[in-house]
Amino acid sequence: MALLQISEPGLSTAPHQHRLAIGIDLGTTNSLVATVRNGISAVLNDSEGRALLPSVVRYHADGGVQVGDAAQSAQSEDPVNTIVSVKRFMGRGLKDVADVMSLPYRFVDEPGMLKLRTVAGVKSPVEISAEILKSLRERAEQALGGELVGAVITVPAYFDDAQRQATKDAARLAGLNVLRLLNEPTAAAIAYGLDNAAEGIYAVYDLGGGTFDISILRLSRGVFEVLAANGDSALGGDDFDHRIYCWLLEKNGLSALGAQDTRLLLTRARAAKEELTDRSETRIAAVLGSGEVIDTVLTRQDFQEMTQNLVARTIQPLRRALRDAGLTVDEVKGVVMVGGATRMPQVQRAVADFFKQTPLTNLDPDKVVALGAAIQANVLAGNRGGDEWLLLDVCPLSLGIETMGGLTEKIIPRNSTIPTARAQDFTTFKDGQTAMSIHVVQGERELVSDCRSLARFELRGIPPMVAGAARIRVTYQIDADGLLSVSAREQTSGVESHIVVKPSYGLSDAEITQMLQDSTQYARDDMLARALREQQVEAGQLLEAVQSALDQDGADLLGEDERARIATVMHRVREAMQGSDHQAIKKAVTQLNEATVQFAQARMDRNVARALTGHRIADLDR
Amino acid sequence: MQFDFQQNFFQMFGLPECFKLDGTVLEQNFLTLQSQVHPDKFAHLPESERRLSLQWATRVNEAYQTLRKPVDRARYLLKLRDVDTQEETNTAMPADFLMQQMEWREAIDEARHAGSLDDLDALEARVQHEAKALLQQLEASLDQAHDYPAAAGVVRKLRFFEKLSEEVASAYDELDH
Repeated sequence: MALLQISEPGLSTAPHQHRLAIGIDLGTTNSLVATVRNGISAVLNDSEGRALLPSVVRYHADGGVQVGDAAQSAQSEDPVNTIVSVKRFMGRGLKDVADVMSLPYRFVDEPGMLKLRTVAGVKSPVEISAEILKSLRERAEQALGGELVGAVITVPAYFDDAQRQATKDAARLAGLNVLRLLNEPTAAAIAYGLDNAAEGIYAVYDLGGGTFDISILRLSRGVFEVLAANGDSALGGDDFDHRIYCWLLEKNGLSALGAQDTRLLLTRARAAKEELTDRSETRIAAVLGSGEVIDTVLTRQDFQEMTQNLVARTIQPLRRALRDAGLTVDEVKGVVMVGGATRMPQVQRAVADFFKQTPLTNLDPDKVVALGAAIQANVLAGNRGGDEWLLLDVCPLSLGIETMGGLTEKIIPRNSTIPTARAQDFTTFKDGQTAMSIHVVQGERELVSDCRSLARFELRGIPPMVAGAARIRVTYQIDADGLLSVSAREQTSGVESHIVVKPSYGLSDAEITQMLQDSTQYARDDMLARALREQQVEAGQLLEAVQSALDQDGADLLGEDERARIATVMHRVREAMQGSDHQAIKKAVTQLNEATVQFAQARMDRNVARALTGHRIADLDR
Repeated sequence: MQFDFQQNFFQMFGLPECFKLDGTVLEQNFLTLQSQVHPDKFAHLPESERRLSLQWATRVNEAYQTLRKPVDRARYLLKLRDVDTQEETNTAMPADFLMQQMEWREAIDEARHAGSLDDLDALEARVQHEAKALLQQLEASLDQAHDYPAAAGVVRKLRFFEKLSEEVASAYDELDH
């Protein structure tokens, strides 16, 4: 059928090398890296055969950093400098962290995102996460033996803009080219969908170490369409550990433990939680710093009672997500369980009761997100698999603007398919008003003070007019990573202001560059060499793409002058690639990009026209 | 056929410019278009093409969302016909209509205070039933009678129903907490 034979726009048809791409599940408790090799997605193990990298980072006084198991085993011994579950702090301020008092860290409250004081200096959650990502990047580079084209990093669907931006910054800091931020439940659905060839409405229940997500998806003929997402970015398996910890304190009449004892008991609590998955009771024993001995038996029954309301907190978002999707429980064909915390029997039972069916657990709940991310990374890197699919995701939280009286006006409603853009017109409040303050917020509540503040900026230079005469159009754009940019423009005069929403504490490009330079792993020479290599790779890819586009459509779509002009710039890129100045290559690449914008546009028009023509023929056929 | 930013949403999906629409064809053409222009198809390509893809995919999503929802579709059709729906300016509504709206609002408030999901469910069903009847009127005036001022009047009424639905949704959210 005509429909199946349409070529993709812009995709190189020339055969090329398999591009190395990875999927990373940057988890609260554990992180993983996976890749697609020979058409199969597989998790990459470390040199000792371990798939899970504990998301634990330990800083030493000499500036050394340990990541993973080595760091984890030092948790009780050096709790202040050994950071666990850093994901819970990404894009968060001190006031956002509920159990801050019982955590063993020395927090530094900074506007926007908190930081932690360690023996190696003050570290931001972004830097700490970057250490985990760096470790996984090195694991992948060793296993695959080559330069990575890029990575897909997963984030909880319910992560807001601040948390997403922080994750992307961490990846850049770790030297990774981020192909896409992918929602964790969606990644899981990809892994399940391709393995099980599922069709219909599916719910993905993802209870990780520190976050909870629910996504409702429709799977049909190679399309993954997220209908609704909901969740709680401050609820996870850690909270179950914490309940046991509090129970231990109460039971033993303890209060105000030191950092070491706190960490020790939290570790014991986690072990007890895991034991209770298979047993009806478990013994918790520990010797505190004071010499006091703790020896208690915890039954599954007691554990389930003390965590009942945590489980209940996951059920409310399920109801909301279904309602947003306009569906009832009976229409859900399957429920996929993701995240280690879904191993708890009380969680499985609650989910089964709500959906009136046994949830699917046939893929390892710890690995399924990384496996899906790798599959998506493979496609995004331009490796054409046998199966082509389309992934349509949504933004889980509404985006709005502050209006008079501290009220939120929603501009993009939650669960809009991304990428999306919405514009709304606003006007001035006073005669002669020449500036307008724009406050961007995220959340569902009416009052601005109940929503998360993402950014503030000002549109200046509005020509003085009577109140209500100016027309200020504010446009919100969410890209395919779920990240927001906002622009404002006075319609009568054309005065414009634009920002990419870097949450107030977000790292600027300059800061990231600075961090990269400061990092001991990146001596200056390394950095230059890396920059050069990256530019060479990018230039090579661009040349390949342009050449293939010229071969396909150059003769039809371009005049002789135009072709000659592009050839000249291509020649310039090739020349620059021979040299060792990465800035020169970058400049030539930019020129080539600019020289081919119109050509790209023309090709896209043509391909879309072809696609639709094809469709019309198909429609006639029916 | 050229696909450009000047095209209206109906042309984009190759659909006739009328209110009654085949949802299946809309959805299929939407997916076909997205599978051509979605940023995932361009992730490995140069910045200029990625930017174009973002713009296209955004536009296609906007078009799909507009045509998919009946009231938005009617608004859009009227805009194409240069008819202002006057939703902000024309507030003259029949007294019995306004009375009915007030009663519904009170009923939602009562259900909210009583914390009754069952009452909300019943209310939502009634609101949807009424809205459906209005949508049928809309189809008649847009596609058969071509009476656009009348259609604009129905859209103004449906605007009240959109607000009602929002109130029902926020009541549900509140009861969940």
